[in-house]
Amino acid sequence: MNAAKVLRYELQDLRRSRWVFGYGLLLLTLTDALLRFGGGGPRALVSLLNVALVLVPLVSVVFGTMYLYAARDFIELLLAQPVRRLELYAGLYAGLALPLALAFVLGVGLPFVWGGQGDGSLARPLAMLLAAGVLLTLAFTAIAFLVSLVFEDRTRGFGVALLLWLAATALYDAGLMFVTMTWSDYPLELPLLGLTLLNPVDLGRVLLLLQFDNAALLGYTGTVFERFFGSALGIAVSAGALLLWCAIPLWLAGRRFVRKDF
Amino acid sequence: MSAALSLRPSASLPPTVVAAAGLRKRFGRNEVLKGVDVVIKGGRVTAVLGPNGAGKSTLIKCILGLVRADSGSLTVNGALVDDDPSHRADLGYMPQLARFPENLTGRDVVHLLRDLRGDALPEDDELFHALGLVPELDKPVRTLSGGTRQKLNAAVAFMFRPSILILDEPTAGLDPVASGIFKEKIARARDEGRSILLSSHVLSELDDLVDDVVFLLDGRVEFQGSLRRLREVTGQHRLERAIARLMQRGIR
Repeated sequence: MNAAKVLRYELQDLRRSRWVFGYGLLLLTLTDALLRFGGGGPRALVSLLNVALVLVPLVSVVFGTMYLYAARDFIELLLAQPVRRLELYAGLYAGLALPLALAFVLGVGLPFVWGGQGDGSLARPLAMLLAAGVLLTLAFTAIAFLVSLVFEDRTRGFGVALLLWLAATALYDAGLMFVTMTWSDYPLELPLLGLTLLNPVDLGRVLLLLQFDNAALLGYTGTVFERFFGSALGIAVSAGALLLWCAIPLWLAGRRFVRKDF
Repeated sequence: MSAALSLRPSASLPPTVVAAAGLRKRFGRNEVLKGVDVVIKGGRVTAVLGPNGAGKSTLIKCILGLVRADSGSLTVNGALVDDDPSHRADLGYMPQLARFPENLTGRDVVHLLRDLRGDALPEDDELFHALGLVPELDKPVRTLSGGTRQKLNAAVAFMFRPSILILDEPTAGLDPVASGIFKEKIARARDEGRSILLSSHVLSELDDLVDDVVFLLDGRVEFQGSLRRLREVTGQHRLERAIARLMQRGIR
């Protein structure tokens, strides 16, 4: 009950926030431009995927951390009310994750709808792109919570948030590439498979690329995934791992929120 | 205000509203509360005083349930402060800094707190009128000045008629006029039999309001008792001087 009340007011706060609005607008413009000038079809979707995989974690973790640090005093005032901490946490998390997820879905989805490409062959990959974006939003918002609860100092927390984003979107892949090149004489498929499961951004990529039959789009990890699992199982495994990436930080942050000294 | 003080019946012993025994709290290597025993009596204004880092905020946050003590016991209105949030229904809290979500209006904040508390009592909106907050309530909080936000903060603490008011550095951000209105409100709340617990650095401003003093020094209670007793013990009439004397004694 109380979670829903907190959620409602946070939605009101964020609905009026120009940051969330700007994020949605940016995605909208980008998607529309890619659909118009990006060759259309799967190619536009893949370009869009690459943008989304960078932008969604960045906005979720950085905006999320920023928002939570700014709300710290207000959260204290709410904690001083006769409300259970877990309920407050649930309301605060949903109130932050839902507007971001909604901005993503509308920003990416609407141009497909008015461009008349929301049906037919692109419907399934588009749905998967939206799902991957939403899951990444949920995961990185939970990570933002965790960062803001672990680091008291907001400058350090902000730095950690940026570093985590950089690690997930760029450093991790660079590391994988290094591993592949260094031990190229060995059968690396299984270890790489495991390493891919450990990065939510890679999971999002695999999840979408498995939708296409075109092997050229799959890249190395995608190919490995498809060969090992086949498309259907591959999707199930990567979606499951991505869900874990939402659930585990969410649980850790919730535990921390309940036990923390404010 | 001191006249009102002496008029109150002193025959019946005031009840205990907050009782801490052997309260300890450690943040990392820093032990902030080193076994604090405090009894706060009902219907009185109690000032928690002490230099920075003495443990004032930590004690207040323990009472609010924001910080969990490592050991010791703490009761509010006889109920043990633990994971059960219901004891906070008796508490009204005015934090030191009033920062609200920037896109909400004052009215949104009031509605949210009302929803969360679900009190059936008619609300006390006196301070909203007295502090001139009513025309500001529909503006986004980010457009309000710091002083206005602090007024909102004060009005919200009194709104739900809590039996215990916890005010952290209450007069810090208020202008003299608002501060005067606020002090009258505190005095009236006391005369209605409610308890006020406040922490403050600006001692002279509150001299005429305070009944009891809890003086913390380095995580321990250095003095606890009525203002009169504090004056007797230190031989100083003004609270400011008396506190200075206590600090010198503590350092020795």
